[in-house]
Amino acid sequence: MIRWLPVFLLLAAPALADEPVLKPGPGQDVVQASCAVCHTLNYIRMNSVFLTPDAWKAEVTKMRTAYGAPIDDDNASTIIKYLSETYAAAPKS
Amino acid sequence: MKRRQMLTGLGGAALAAGSVRAADKPSWMSPQLPEGTREEATLAALPGKQKLIRLADRPPNYETPIESFRAAITPNEQFFVRYHLAGIPPMEKLGSWSLTVGGEAAEKQVTLGLDDLHSLEQVEVAAVCQCSGNRRGLSSPHVAGVEWGYGAMGNAVWRGPRLKDVLARAGAKSNAVEVWLNGADGPVLPTTPDFMKCLPLAKATADEVIVATTMNGEKLPHLNGYPARVVVPGWTATYWMKHVTSIQLSAKPLESFWVKAAYRVPANMFPVDQPFPTQDNQNTWPITEMVVNSVIADPVGDTRLTTAGFTIEGVAWDRGHGIKRVEVSLDGGKSWKPATLGKDLGRFAFRGFSFQTGRIDAGEYMLSSRAINNAGETQVDKLKFNPAGYHNNVPQQIPVTVA
Repeated sequence: MIRWLPVFLLLAAPALADEPVLKPGPGQDVVQASCAVCHTLNYIRMNSVFLTPDAWKAEVTKMRTAYGAPIDDDNASTIIKYLSETYAAAPKS
Repeated sequence: MKRRQMLTGLGGAALAAGSVRAADKPSWMSPQLPEGTREEATLAALPGKQKLIRLADRPPNYETPIESFRAAITPNEQFFVRYHLAGIPPMEKLGSWSLTVGGEAAEKQVTLGLDDLHSLEQVEVAAVCQCSGNRRGLSSPHVAGVEWGYGAMGNAVWRGPRLKDVLARAGAKSNAVEVWLNGADGPVLPTTPDFMKCLPLAKATADEVIVATTMNGEKLPHLNGYPARVVVPGWTATYWMKHVTSIQLSAKPLESFWVKAAYRVPANMFPVDQPFPTQDNQNTWPITEMVVNSVIADPVGDTRLTTAGFTIEGVAWDRGHGIKRVEVSLDGGKSWKPATLGKDLGRFAFRGFSFQTGRIDAGEYMLSSRAINNAGETQVDKLKFNPAGYHNNVPQQIPVTVA
């Protein structure tokens, strides 16, 4: 229902202004700018700490391929690295 | 202060997203939930709602606190809220709502308003609306997604015309196999697939499936699907399209991410009576019928219990066979005793249950409940793990101390 898009953006504005703050780390700015376009950053904190780096990579890939997030390869690598270093469980041996 | 006023002026739903005071925490959350989920969960009230457990505010994902399930009807103000996509039309936009019924396997296309829905025969059904992902947060190992505890569900009395009577306004051709559903909510970005679902024609035309315009005798709350939502008793809430604007008869299977990739369970893992012939494949099936389940709503937390005894209360439900009995255990499932069932509100509804311990020795107890339905199915002892964390009906294990 694309005709409502401008309304959505208006509604989203206050939420974006009050977005939860993620843990500091390299790539935090890219994560916040990319992920918060469509959903709250709470989604990252809620899904912690149990996803392995590979599982976070799969999530980022799903966001790009299934959900059509306009994230290029460089930013995707940055996001995966940040999530793996900041919100991930140890890789399964 | 200035910023707060600005946010209030815009009606921002995210006002409380900053610091979390202890008073804003739910009275009880399962210790099985991920650590990050327990830190994140906050009590917060959406417009028209009482305080629910907020897991996320954009899109809104709020669950009903467990103590609500002491009652078999969930009040609208306590009913959970779940959206995939953050493009949710405000109430003002929904005032000009209309519903298109047609499709390539329909004789014609019609546009209906609320008056048209009200002019058809009205039926009422008490039915459990349960998110497919309810209890995902209890999955072991944990899986990605919205980490729901016990409260992504509710039971309400829904009222409106049968879906089959709505479909009759357009007329089904003989080649119709599915009914496609779409709602007014949508994605933030045009590249994200719109949330669409489908039903096999046999379920869509079943007597119990309605297009509800009221919930517990009131208009639907905005975030529960105002002004009309599809109600599919026995099936998980993913089919209960909110703000439904389009119902189409189709001669071919819907090609949608939300059906083909998401909302699927391993084939043959969970019992179903009604297959989904156009969407089942060898390895996976769409999640459809709910599993038999129960929840103890009280006691769950740090309640003070004495040797005078206490009452165990909760609700049970299944996929439409109806609840035959509920049993409770005080020793973690070694022995079971029958609970007293509450009023029968219909085979798709919550069935309340209660058990009075009478005088009881001081000591440590482990409370559990399990429901048995009229098909003889009961809850599983060990989780049937599946990648999306669906259909978790392992009995609770609630430690309590009697002193």
